[in-house]
Amino acid sequence: MFVHLQGPWTPLLGRLSLSQIPYNNPIIVGAFVFAAVLGLALVGAVTYAGQWGPLWRNWFTTVDHKKIGVMYILVGLVMLFRGFIDALMMRTQQLMADGPHSPGFLGSLHGYLTPYHFGQIYSAHGTIMILFAVTPILVGLMNIVVPLQIGARDMAYPYLNAVGLWLTVAATALVMLSLFVGDFSHAGWVGLIPLTELPYSPGVGVDYWMWAIQIGSVGTTLGAINLIATIVKMRAPGMTWGRLPIFTWAALSTNIIALSSFPVLTVALALLGLDRYFGTHFFTAGMGGNLMLYTNLFWIWGHPEVYFVVLPAFGTISEIVPTFSEKPLFGYVTMAAASLAIAGLSWAVWLHHFFTMGASPEVNAFFSVATMLVGIPTGVKVFNWAFTMYRARMRFETPMLWAVGALVLLLIGGLTGMMLAVPAIDYTVHNSVFVIAHFHTMLMLIAFGALGGITYWFPKVFGFKLDEATGKRFFWYFSAGTFMVFVPMYMLGFMGMTRRLDYVANPHWWPFLMAEEIGIGLYSVSVYYMVKQLYVSIRDRADNRVGNDAWGTSRSLEWITHSPVPYYNFAVTPQVNARDEWAWRRDQGFTSLKPDEYEDIHMPKNTAVPLVIGAFSMALGFGLVWRIWWLSELALAGLIVTVIVRAFATDTDTIIAADDVRRMERAAAQAAAAPNASGALGLPVRGAVASRQDSRRDS
Amino acid sequence: MSTQATPAPDGTARLWHPHHAGHDVIATRTFGFWLYMLSDAMLFAGLFATYLVLDHAVNAAGGPTPHEIMHVRAAFVQTLLVFSSVAAYGFGMVALKNGRKVGVLLGLGIAAVLGLVFLGLDVRGLTALAAEGATAERSGFLSAFYTLVVTHGLHMAFGILWMMVMMVQVVREGFTTNVVYRLLNLKVFWYFQALVWVCVYCFVYLRGVM
Repeated sequence: MFVHLQGPWTPLLGRLSLSQIPYNNPIIVGAFVFAAVLGLALVGAVTYAGQWGPLWRNWFTTVDHKKIGVMYILVGLVMLFRGFIDALMMRTQQLMADGPHSPGFLGSLHGYLTPYHFGQIYSAHGTIMILFAVTPILVGLMNIVVPLQIGARDMAYPYLNAVGLWLTVAATALVMLSLFVGDFSHAGWVGLIPLTELPYSPGVGVDYWMWAIQIGSVGTTLGAINLIATIVKMRAPGMTWGRLPIFTWAALSTNIIALSSFPVLTVALALLGLDRYFGTHFFTAGMGGNLMLYTNLFWIWGHPEVYFVVLPAFGTISEIVPTFSEKPLFGYVTMAAASLAIAGLSWAVWLHHFFTMGASPEVNAFFSVATMLVGIPTGVKVFNWAFTMYRARMRFETPMLWAVGALVLLLIGGLTGMMLAVPAIDYTVHNSVFVIAHFHTMLMLIAFGALGGITYWFPKVFGFKLDEATGKRFFWYFSAGTFMVFVPMYMLGFMGMTRRLDYVANPHWWPFLMAEEIGIGLYSVSVYYMVKQLYVSIRDRADNRVGNDAWGTSRSLEWITHSPVPYYNFAVTPQVNARDEWAWRRDQGFTSLKPDEYEDIHMPKNTAVPLVIGAFSMALGFGLVWRIWWLSELALAGLIVTVIVRAFATDTDTIIAADDVRRMERAAAQAAAAPNASGALGLPVRGAVASRQDSRRDS
Repeated sequence: MSTQATPAPDGTARLWHPHHAGHDVIATRTFGFWLYMLSDAMLFAGLFATYLVLDHAVNAAGGPTPHEIMHVRAAFVQTLLVFSSVAAYGFGMVALKNGRKVGVLLGLGIAAVLGLVFLGLDVRGLTALAAEGATAERSGFLSAFYTLVVTHGLHMAFGILWMMVMMVQVVREGFTTNVVYRLLNLKVFWYFQALVWVCVYCFVYLRGVM
């Protein structure tokens, strides 16, 4: 039944053998040594501090939406670093490899990477950045913020939330594993067909790519169900649809996109999997297959996915801009409607990714017009942000810098997107780096929004702000890098440079590539400042303690509870009286966080089952990649049994007594007043300098 | 449109809502499951689209055409089985409303057995087809046909497994909140698979012989 593969295969290890470990490639060995040293240092540090027990109890088995969100963001940041290293290698390769006479290095023809290795790097870069860096960071932000913004104690399904996290972790672990065991896909992050078919890619690279995405997208779909149900069912009394914070509107729109589009990706990759494992003919070049069927299915998911990542970024900008403009958001209703409109339009534009397929002019015209229509709701958003800032008392703290920077990028990326929406222009610049520069500008806007969001909500989760001085350096170097890399790339695109080149033979392009290399150097400096920002912030956390309203001018419901947020979120469910509830309470003078009475709180218990499900999923993926059938069967059986056993668990909830709530609330209030007490999420706080709320102004 | 409340004349306002009942567990769980069913619907939409794209003469690649492999009578029997299974589950749900364990067990049991017979016919039909040389590897059209039918069959198999688990839970735990919402979700799942089968019957079998 299975396709017969050439090459060695054993029942015990499948296709896996020692020769699959690339110990003879110095670059990969270097990466392995780096990862191993870092991993050992982490394990050593945790063991030395005796933190395995607390780590297991407080993090690995948690169902708390805030901790799950933090873990999502951590995974995303690690993968962001991995994707950045890939980018650095690609830029350097294109600079070094300039033709047949360029000095080969380490057995390669040009530059220092072989073409096959270069193919793996750009495929890994795209897959990682979109699916395993940006997506987890934004899902993490939504996880943390949405329940707080609607006045809920947790997500609608806390256990399912943890399952989604550990599936994402399993998928990223598979991607990282492919670096050291076997290789990764060389067929682009989109999976260029029929290159991904077995005859052209007989190795395990495409399988790694395929199964990692499959496992990760199940996690994202479950997360989408959870967030939609949370927003629809868990809102506090008084939180009508007309009062829903804009970030929550963005989360709702974006998860509608995820819920409806990720199953299509599952279908596309499952059919590719059938082709590769069972020898079917969905996308093969002969025997009745249809290549463009894959491309269509992929982009029916792929384009909505782009808006899946952009809408939460728009949401964070919509929260940051009013806070630092000290004004309500301009055009609330149009903002919410624009998010929903973008979600709706995301379904009608997928064909613009391949205008050159050769569809009839009518078809291309339809998708061209649909694509331009996206500019309307996006333009509405830009003008709303601009009018919010118009004649406002603006404060340029770090989150605001990220938000304004994102706006500039949105303008550039949006306008070049409008150019690409015209099929006539698209035919000319198709497959050139102009397209690459366009979508990187858009993804950078998303990165800006995400980083701004992290800076903005960090004090809410941890109880202290990130350091401003290093944060601003991080922002400026990151922005400078962005412009140094992508402005020359736009120019190269117009000159006709195509994408995915493993060497660049045209000497007129070299100065531009040099400029891009300088840009990537600026990015590297920004990474240094990012790490330094974290280090300095944690070191000086006692000086940066904040009260519940970290920025002094925040507006929505999440600022009504303590920073760091207690794990039950709100001691008593808040009654919502206004669209910007916290701003309203501040204006009316109702700033006390102390309710009249406390009550018993009903919370879900921690469980290790999601972690087990993640582990089995990873074993399933690994077994399928290497065709180790016993492992796959065992893992699948394990998954089914785990789910059934969990269905019989009855002891899943716990009650926190009202007296305990009162005690914890008093402790939290004291911690905010005196910084000596224990800080965020168990981090002890040193020092005794209280400087809370000094940034607050009267308005 | 007023989006904010005004405090009472004495300057007070309701700020907290103690003893807020929160969400209804059964309503929240069934709502989430409806959302999941939407994603399942998208999955089948993708498969049906694939089938329609690959249902052309060129995609048969010289192999069997729909006309030669569709056995409408067997598929009609399968349709009747699915409908009866749904009806049996429906009677089980009536028994749930009346709080009768035996009725629920009987409804689920009959539904599961009819589902098993359906699956048996699925397997028999497909193995007979494969024996004639019309395997999934033969052409793009057959790949799409097998994948659609087998995906639906796998859903049916999981439904049957779920019914067995639920029968054990009904016996062990009775009609607790958890058991009730799961029975309701399984109902949605099972009816939806019947709906998908109706689409398979119309778009694949009937359309194939016409």
